[in-house]
Amino acid sequence: MPLSPNAAAAPDGRGSNRADPNRARARLLRMHYEARVGHIGGNLSALDAMLHLHGAVLDERDLFVLSKGHSAGALYIALWAAGTIDEDELTRFHRDGTTLAGHPVAGWHRRIVFATGSLGHGAGLAAGAALARRLRGEPGDVYCLMSDGECEEGSVWEALIFARHNRLANLVLLIDANGLQGFGGTDEVASLEPLGARISGFGLDVIEIDGHDPTALDAALARRGDGPLVVVLRTVKGRGVSFMEGRMEWHYLPLDEAQYRRALDELGQG
Amino acid sequence: MRNAFCSAMVRLGGERDILFLTGDLGFMALEPLQQALGPRFINAGVAEQNMISVAAGAASQGEQAWAYSIAPFVYGRPFEQIRNDVCLHDFDVKLVGNGGGYGYGVMGATHHAIEDYGVMCALQNMRVLVPAFADDLAPVVARMADDPHPAYLRLGRCELPKGWALPDYAPWRCLLSGQAGVLVAIGPGAGGVLAAAAELDEAARPEIWVVSELPLVEDSMPPALLARIAAGPGLFVLEEHVAQGGLGQMLALALLRMGVRPARFGHFHAHGYLSGSYGSQAFHRAENGIDPARVLAEIDRGVNA
Repeated sequence: MPLSPNAAAAPDGRGSNRADPNRARARLLRMHYEARVGHIGGNLSALDAMLHLHGAVLDERDLFVLSKGHSAGALYIALWAAGTIDEDELTRFHRDGTTLAGHPVAGWHRRIVFATGSLGHGAGLAAGAALARRLRGEPGDVYCLMSDGECEEGSVWEALIFARHNRLANLVLLIDANGLQGFGGTDEVASLEPLGARISGFGLDVIEIDGHDPTALDAALARRGDGPLVVVLRTVKGRGVSFMEGRMEWHYLPLDEAQYRRALDELGQG
Repeated sequence: MRNAFCSAMVRLGGERDILFLTGDLGFMALEPLQQALGPRFINAGVAEQNMISVAAGAASQGEQAWAYSIAPFVYGRPFEQIRNDVCLHDFDVKLVGNGGGYGYGVMGATHHAIEDYGVMCALQNMRVLVPAFADDLAPVVARMADDPHPAYLRLGRCELPKGWALPDYAPWRCLLSGQAGVLVAIGPGAGGVLAAAAELDEAARPEIWVVSELPLVEDSMPPALLARIAAGPGLFVLEEHVAQGGLGQMLALALLRMGVRPARFGHFHAHGYLSGSYGSQAFHRAENGIDPARVLAEIDRGVNA
């Protein structure tokens, strides 16, 4: 069963649906605007997949690992949409004394098992959890969300080799391939394209989909074989806000008031 | 010590479920453990970063995960995985490094571990165990297994003098009486200095203690040791580890906090590669002044200065 009985329809107290993508986007932007922090672009590229995973895919037995920890905001919003983080907690994002840090810290929410943020750790953690569950005969799948830039870390490929060799069929690795990283496009910095083909060259099952399409994600997740599954989510950095889409600077910049108001208008949430 | 470690692990595996990961090492040593653990013994390949993350991920699900390699490959290569994945979460992951200090001798500097426990002790939640003798492995492994927190085990080659009656394992042990100050040693190097000191008259040799667990717990330091340090002609520390972050610094700080002041303090430790030449473990010990003859001569000189 989903994490909350009707996770996709968790109300926000004003009668609207928190899991509505534009509603969730607006709340994510407000959270970052009020905290005066960036990392918005990669949050928006990953938000649709995280909303769907936490609202409609993961059940109580499943484990989620956010390896691209700089998308912590999208994770908090996805958990808020699923009804497991309340509105009050969101207001403490990035504040002194918070548990909602800029990159996830562990130990305060059952869906956030690992502190992440340094890239290249999540796949190995997820593989270890998947291995342990298999050894213990325990049910549930392990999902790990990485970024495309993160795949430049050698430890990612160590984990792919390990997961494939040990045939961890209870492991799903998702890659938010938005094509932009910290100081350039992934094709300019250290191109790994064709990313899916390179991963499948390691012997893993790979599916590439529109990373903003929940139906496509459902179809991809249904194609499980006898080993780990890799889903390459083709996404747009800054998705949903025209002046952010495909622009590297939104990896870093906070919103000013005019930008925030304009973004809300574009999302129909002004 | 590898065989003793393997035997202790086989015993442990018979008592409880453990997950054992090796970074493609253990040939002619760990085969009995591989056989005993079956699918719970995994060769994680030459991929130490992933091995530690896998161990942490497994520990998050309730496993006690052991990760084994040559010492520098298990504490150095995957340092961030140890810091973030293991220690930040206080997971039940045990790191096992073979060949502490200059143990790999002429195999070269990349295989030495002369800053390992200083680095590990800097991490929160991490305990370090440095057995001095092969007979320590059974109690040390049992203590590690009973403590569901991160730990690092430094293995070496047992140098216990033949026929020596070793007291039962304890974090602090007095191995030899003496009047020429107190020598606190850590690791297998204690064996060689023990053998050499035993040839000397009691008046001419130091009282020799060995400590095997770090960081030091001040409350559990033996009062008899503290009394001897305070009243004797000097305190000396021997370790196959650099000074920075080593036992000497830890012990000096602990004594300062406790108000125990030795008459003089000498520290025998690794410096690195002074001549640029390489050789056996004995070669490097001699070059660094941490071989038994030099240590005892320096103590004699210091005490009688």
